[in-house]
Amino acid sequence: MFESLTEKLELTFKRLRGQGKITETNIDDAIRDVRLALLEADVHIKVVKNFLDSVKAKATGQEVLQSLTPDQQFLKIVRDELVELLGGEHQDLDLKTAPPVVIMLVGLQGSGKTTTLAKLARHLNKDKKRSPYLVPADVYRPAAIEQLKILGRELDLPVHDSDPEASPVALCRQALSAAQNRLCDVLLIDTAGRLHIDEELMQELTAIKDAVRPHQILFVADAMTGQDAVNQASGFDGKLGLTGIILTKLDGDARGGAALSIREMVGKPILFSGVGEKLDALEPFYPDRLASRILGMGDVLSLIDKVQQNVEEKEAAKLQKAFLKQQFTLEEFQLQLKQIKRMGSLGSLLEMVPGAKKLAAQVDTEKAESELKRVDAIINSMTLGERRNPAILNGSRRRRIAQGSGTTVTDVNRLMKQFMEMKKMMQRVSKLGVKSLFNRMPHPYS
Amino acid sequence: MEGSSFFQRLKQGLTKSRESWVQKIAAVVQNRRWDETSIADMEESLIAADVGVKATQELLETLRKRSPGASDPAEEMSRTLQAALVDMLRRSPGPKIAPLSARPWVVIFLGVNGVGKTTTIGKLAAQYRSSGKKVLLVAADTFRAAAIEQLDAWGQRAGVDVIKHRAGADPSAVVYDGIQAAKSRGVDVLLIDTAGRLHTKVHLIEELKKIRRVISREQPDAPHETLLVLDATTGQNGLQQARVFKEATDITGIVLTKLDGTAKGGVIIGIQTELGLPVKYIGIGEEVEDLQPFDPTRFVQALFEN
Repeated sequence: MFESLTEKLELTFKRLRGQGKITETNIDDAIRDVRLALLEADVHIKVVKNFLDSVKAKATGQEVLQSLTPDQQFLKIVRDELVELLGGEHQDLDLKTAPPVVIMLVGLQGSGKTTTLAKLARHLNKDKKRSPYLVPADVYRPAAIEQLKILGRELDLPVHDSDPEASPVALCRQALSAAQNRLCDVLLIDTAGRLHIDEELMQELTAIKDAVRPHQILFVADAMTGQDAVNQASGFDGKLGLTGIILTKLDGDARGGAALSIREMVGKPILFSGVGEKLDALEPFYPDRLASRILGMGDVLSLIDKVQQNVEEKEAAKLQKAFLKQQFTLEEFQLQLKQIKRMGSLGSLLEMVPGAKKLAAQVDTEKAESELKRVDAIINSMTLGERRNPAILNGSRRRRIAQGSGTTVTDVNRLMKQFMEMKKMMQRVSKLGVKSLFNRMPHPYS
Repeated sequence: MEGSSFFQRLKQGLTKSRESWVQKIAAVVQNRRWDETSIADMEESLIAADVGVKATQELLETLRKRSPGASDPAEEMSRTLQAALVDMLRRSPGPKIAPLSARPWVVIFLGVNGVGKTTTIGKLAAQYRSSGKKVLLVAADTFRAAAIEQLDAWGQRAGVDVIKHRAGADPSAVVYDGIQAAKSRGVDVLLIDTAGRLHTKVHLIEELKKIRRVISREQPDAPHETLLVLDATTGQNGLQQARVFKEATDITGIVLTKLDGTAKGGVIIGIQTELGLPVKYIGIGEEVEDLQPFDPTRFVQALFEN
């Protein structure tokens, strides 16, 4: 479906190869391709219209750069424009005010407010060294208070002991002074999910806002939302004046076009994205990455970021040394596998690579992960000497290793074969230099 | 279903879109052919209702095939579209809610996170209970914090027992216990709540398959219904959700929740035509009676009626 936009554009422009300019006539088909892609990604139809108008204006008459084909250049224009609309640069959550900084999460039922609040609390605590105080103010949904209490316990962070019979406004007021007494410097308020057209409940939010004067009112939006995102966002913004957006459930395969609609309606930054059920699955939001995702171009930057975060410096240095000396041994191989594992599931990694999304669906990632475990076990069953010099692995050594790791000799043989191939590849890389390898990778517009 | 309140609620929410549609349709006055600009406007309205590009094109084709009569093109465009929509929604087999022809009648609810599975079960339990049925709930969402407590609260409200284990327990084990309890207690309806899961998480989909295996092992004809709960605010990803869940677990129908907002839930049209999955219930509010059986004719009527 969406993966095909790049291919489609390529086809559309194939007929036009040899033309040095993007013109009014040759652009119409391409615009249609993009329109379809954006609509299928749930970008609101009005937003799509405006967007395409400005793309057309930008693209028409542009000289095609020497290094690019027309489809690449067009895609670049589309992507740049999309990034611009999504907010350009990444923006941090602004906490600059007298403590306690009051942050309030609002949104529809089921958008993920409570989970997101816990994730945000963790982030502020771990990464920003703040001490958050969590306030469950959803007295309507059964067990919503209990849910936040459980999550707070998991994070070892204080949660306000909200009385389900109390009014949410009174609750928040109490919580604010409780936070001050405890010297907590951030107050995180979890409000009940509600429809933007529910006057009574929207009134309640306004009352909470007046009572505790939040520094941030963040709208939690489900990335799977369709055309209605526009109504929702403007409904909440009109009543409350939102200050930012958190996009949830981006770990699914929704393209997240709703983000564009919301951003367009509210004009406030998208700050974070939720990418999993675990409490550390909250990432800073990067407009350029979502733009690529909406256009089905993969999320190379996120991947690079993940690699950078997870490869520890020392290990990386060691690997690089081995790389250069062309002494890639099983020890290094194992180190590499560990780093891969630390980055998250193979499936989620694959999804970030351009064009590999389809692959991710085909590959049985569970199986691949258990394969990784097996490889780890095999290497662990080797002596240090064997790891450093695999050439000495004869039949009887291989049998011993198989027994030790609970695998078969065939498994050991297969691993050795993979390792040798890898080593060959490494040598090639170090000869050519990493840069040339990247240059050979297909890239939409490099 | 009790007509008036359903209609009023639905109509209230849809008045705005209906008005604009009628206005646009009224703009079509060209004699023997539909005006292409009006068709484009109609396309916009359908897409804005999350009907999706493909299903919208199908609908517009139906419109193009027929030339309008001279008398009242506006009225006719609306009628033609209504008929086409109802037809689309009827195309799939068995939109009716099946009678409880087995005992216990086992229904399993699944869906992505936050669509309203637990709430739907709570409402349905209360409805079955008040019609005199003996109902048992199974808390097989052992993952999300306080999910068991949430179902428990609904059980207490409806006066219905809940089979539960601790948080983190094996969901299949809870389901096993649920079926055994349902059999020994002579329960009419067994409603199983599962954890919300994105359809892209392979291991969680495998877990669902396992739950199903446990059910059919303990009661060969069960589950009698496997309902995918879908949030009406969901866009085109709903189609993908339905596709993956259907492949994994033989879904028998859809519950479309949160129709009381401004979302139109148009994605169900694609789901019905492409996957043949009928909508069985719709949720149009917070109250127990706001969970209603789905009726294509009335749904479409309410969308178009003045």
